[in-house]
Amino acid sequence: MKIRGSVHRFADNVDTDVIIPARHLNTSDPKELAAHCMEDIDAEFSAKVRSGDIIVAGKNFGCGSSREHAPIAIKGSGVSCVIATTFARIFYRNALNIGLPILECAEAAEKIASGDTVSVDLAAGTIRNETTGDVFQAEAFPPFMRELIEAGGLAAYMTRHQPSK
Amino acid sequence: MTQTQKILAARAGKKDVHAGELIMADVDLVLGNDITAPVAIGEFAKFGRGEVFDRGKIALVPDHFTPNKDVKAAEQCACMRNFAEAQNIGNYFEVGHDCGIEHALLPEKGLVTAGDLVIGADSHTCTYGALGAFSTGIGSTDMACAMATGKIWLRVPEAIKVELTGSFNPHVGGKDLILHLIGMIGVDGARYQSLEFTGPGISALTMDDRFTVANMAIEAGAKNGIFPVDETCLAYLRGHGAKSPVAHEADENAEYVRTIGIDLSELKPTVAFPHLPENTREIDSVGDIKIDQVVIGSCTNGRLGDLKAAAEILAGRTVAKNVRCIVIPATQRIWIEALERGYLRTFAEAGCVVSTPTCGPCLGGHMGILARGERAVTTTNRNFVGRMGHVESEIYLASPAVAAASAVLGKIASPDALTR
Repeated sequence: MKIRGSVHRFADNVDTDVIIPARHLNTSDPKELAAHCMEDIDAEFSAKVRSGDIIVAGKNFGCGSSREHAPIAIKGSGVSCVIATTFARIFYRNALNIGLPILECAEAAEKIASGDTVSVDLAAGTIRNETTGDVFQAEAFPPFMRELIEAGGLAAYMTRHQPSK
Repeated sequence: MTQTQKILAARAGKKDVHAGELIMADVDLVLGNDITAPVAIGEFAKFGRGEVFDRGKIALVPDHFTPNKDVKAAEQCACMRNFAEAQNIGNYFEVGHDCGIEHALLPEKGLVTAGDLVIGADSHTCTYGALGAFSTGIGSTDMACAMATGKIWLRVPEAIKVELTGSFNPHVGGKDLILHLIGMIGVDGARYQSLEFTGPGISALTMDDRFTVANMAIEAGAKNGIFPVDETCLAYLRGHGAKSPVAHEADENAEYVRTIGIDLSELKPTVAFPHLPENTREIDSVGDIKIDQVVIGSCTNGRLGDLKAAAEILAGRTVAKNVRCIVIPATQRIWIEALERGYLRTFAEAGCVVSTPTCGPCLGGHMGILARGERAVTTTNRNFVGRMGHVESEIYLASPAVAAASAVLGKIASPDALTR
């Protein structure tokens, strides 16, 4: 699958309350959630984000609550991938489980700037900054995880791979 | 193996496990609430199994936006209620009847025992580590998968050993301990790891203290926090009709990534400043910070011992004129017991408002939202930007004793600052 887009940068410890504030958790509709994604740290985010764009952030991205609405809001915004120094563990599971690719890569997280155009190859784990020419290496995704992401998440993947009762 | 690793090995049917290993484990309880369960129920349908794996091992608790704060919240609760009815799930806890904040309610109902593996679609599911269980937060899709299969895959965590000695001074308790620890190691200081509490100081901690400490393990990024199964724990389990406990102990040669020693007698009332729980200061160096609101409650500090600590400070005193003090007993049973002990009258006469059990203001849902520029001292667990309301409001995390003293003095204050 092809991942390529313009970068939106965020700092360390981006928590789930700023990714999607709890006041909007009375819905789980991806479009409704996307309309408020990141609004408490970047009020313009939902207006400026374009399909395919990439979020790059520092350490502990997604810390806080277990709300799956956080990766749903990011994916619903059209974001194709999140690259961070590290991720909080519940967010990490949730993102992959709903089919949002995320990569840990400290060097990329440090050197990629807002507005750069970046492309990602999940099979190889490479992150290419097309604006500067830099190439960074993250852990490659094994085939099952790529298939899970392409299927759109764990539920869809499991129905493909496990006979139902 | 560590205490956590022993539980994971047992629930995965393995003799031993090591840090980093991926295991498929059996779950003893799957939890969801009115925010996370509706998403899980939608995903559950996609798994194509008609029925949940074991209707006795699922708990559904409407607590976040209850009593329903708006039409959409009401629809989410209805979705969960209908699912519980269709699946014949007995552990559904309706508003008013048997209600409460999930992490106070489940132990009170005896639904968790030592040695259990509990997963919940709520990050504070780690609370049950206080009972010597492995418990951790997961998302809605994982919850759906566990409801369908009774299983969850987990990565076996490394552990940090937290060795406690001494005992608390007056007006110091579990909240000060966990805030102090988070201040030391940071909000990702235990990321992906277990926090295993040990040492002679454990005996000084009440069960309410332990619930508070385990509850906030997630605020240091931990996968779980866990306490030894001692007589205090066993007495609690017996008193609440829990299943027979299985007490796992860490091996003497268990490996830890680090050991942190804390002398409880050296701790002071501790406050976490905006906007991260790691921004801690001891009460003496807080400075003069005027406040607009106090919240005493939540899955962190809404238990009877917490209300007692607050009531003892508020008895015969009044809440400062410009402060709104909101008290939220965590469960219906705690509410009734607080009534019988006279705490609710004390709160009301002091000028507090007493709410029905709800997560409400903790996550900026309802029942105490902050306006632009307002400051709150709260006994809750997170002080992220906008967590309790306006993006320019501020949250200071503290113990029930500090929150009550702050309500009286109208600024962040130590109980020691009060005069008769």
